[in-house]
Amino acid sequence: MNRILISIAIMAVTTYLIRMLPMVLCRKKIENQFIQSFLYYVPYAVLAAMTFPDIFTSTRSLASASAGCLAALWLAFKKRGLLIVALGAVITVYLAEWLIGI
Amino acid sequence: MEKRSEFISGLKDGLPICLGYISVSFAFGMLARQSGMPIWTAVLMSMSNVTSAGQFAGLTLILNQGTYLELAMTTLIINLRYSLMSLSLTQKIGEHISTWKRAAISFGVTDELFAVSMQRRATLTPAYFAGVILIPYLGWAAGTFLGAYASNMMSPALSSALGIAIYGMFLAIIIPPCESMKSIRYVLIIAIALSLAFRFLPFLNQITSGWVIIIVTLTASALAALRYPISQEESHE
Repeated sequence: MNRILISIAIMAVTTYLIRMLPMVLCRKKIENQFIQSFLYYVPYAVLAAMTFPDIFTSTRSLASASAGCLAALWLAFKKRGLLIVALGAVITVYLAEWLIGI
Repeated sequence: MEKRSEFISGLKDGLPICLGYISVSFAFGMLARQSGMPIWTAVLMSMSNVTSAGQFAGLTLILNQGTYLELAMTTLIINLRYSLMSLSLTQKIGEHISTWKRAAISFGVTDELFAVSMQRRATLTPAYFAGVILIPYLGWAAGTFLGAYASNMMSPALSSALGIAIYGMFLAIIIPPCESMKSIRYVLIIAIALSLAFRFLPFLNQITSGWVIIIVTLTASALAALRYPISQEESHE
């Protein structure tokens, strides 16, 4: 039991320091144009890297995940909000699995 | 008054995050319970870590009798992307925000919170953060508890479908601006190509996913920054 608690504490402290240090230490607006541009692009790069190819294994089958992905892409291109796109993908996956039997 | 409306718009933005969180934390709770961890330790881990990949990896290491050093290193590598996100966020919060508030806000920096808050045009306030963190955080804890408590409460079909929710959200963020902005298309194409390469090419696919995300993010963002440097005004929009 102690081992589990110590492990949880190690994980929590490590994770918190990673999040907290840049936020507390970097207080100024960054003026350097390269770094500014770099930070501007970070969200897009990181989210794209996390979405592909993982989205295709996020459900029980490649087929249903692909259907959900297409639905999400279509809704996103139509500029629908976060909740609609997320729900659209979920419902598509659910229906696809039901229709084609996973 | 303004604080209140900031808080409420945060709550609204937090709702879709919560949706995705419940299915992931439910799965985590189930797995933790099945591997013999007491329910309350699973919930404690969720409430103190608030990180999906990090917790799954940590759980695996705890079960496989990994050393504390291994545990710390793995957590560091998997979660190092958060420091990029925190750094990015510092540019959108006011300079005057106190150290204590920064320390508090940073606890809630996750992939999803980062994604949602970065697409707000306005400066990010602590009240907004409090709102956007609250519901997903509770969902994360509750999902873990429910998953651990009732391992087979959610039907496999439903949990399969909910698995895609988070990615749907990510697409809703990265796709719309790429229609009008060449630079964003460029970032996305590079990031996706690299990410696929690290998954499927021999040798490259040996690298752990935590490193892959860091390498891909650094490369794609740096290349885009070189090719499409943005002017001051654009970045403040």
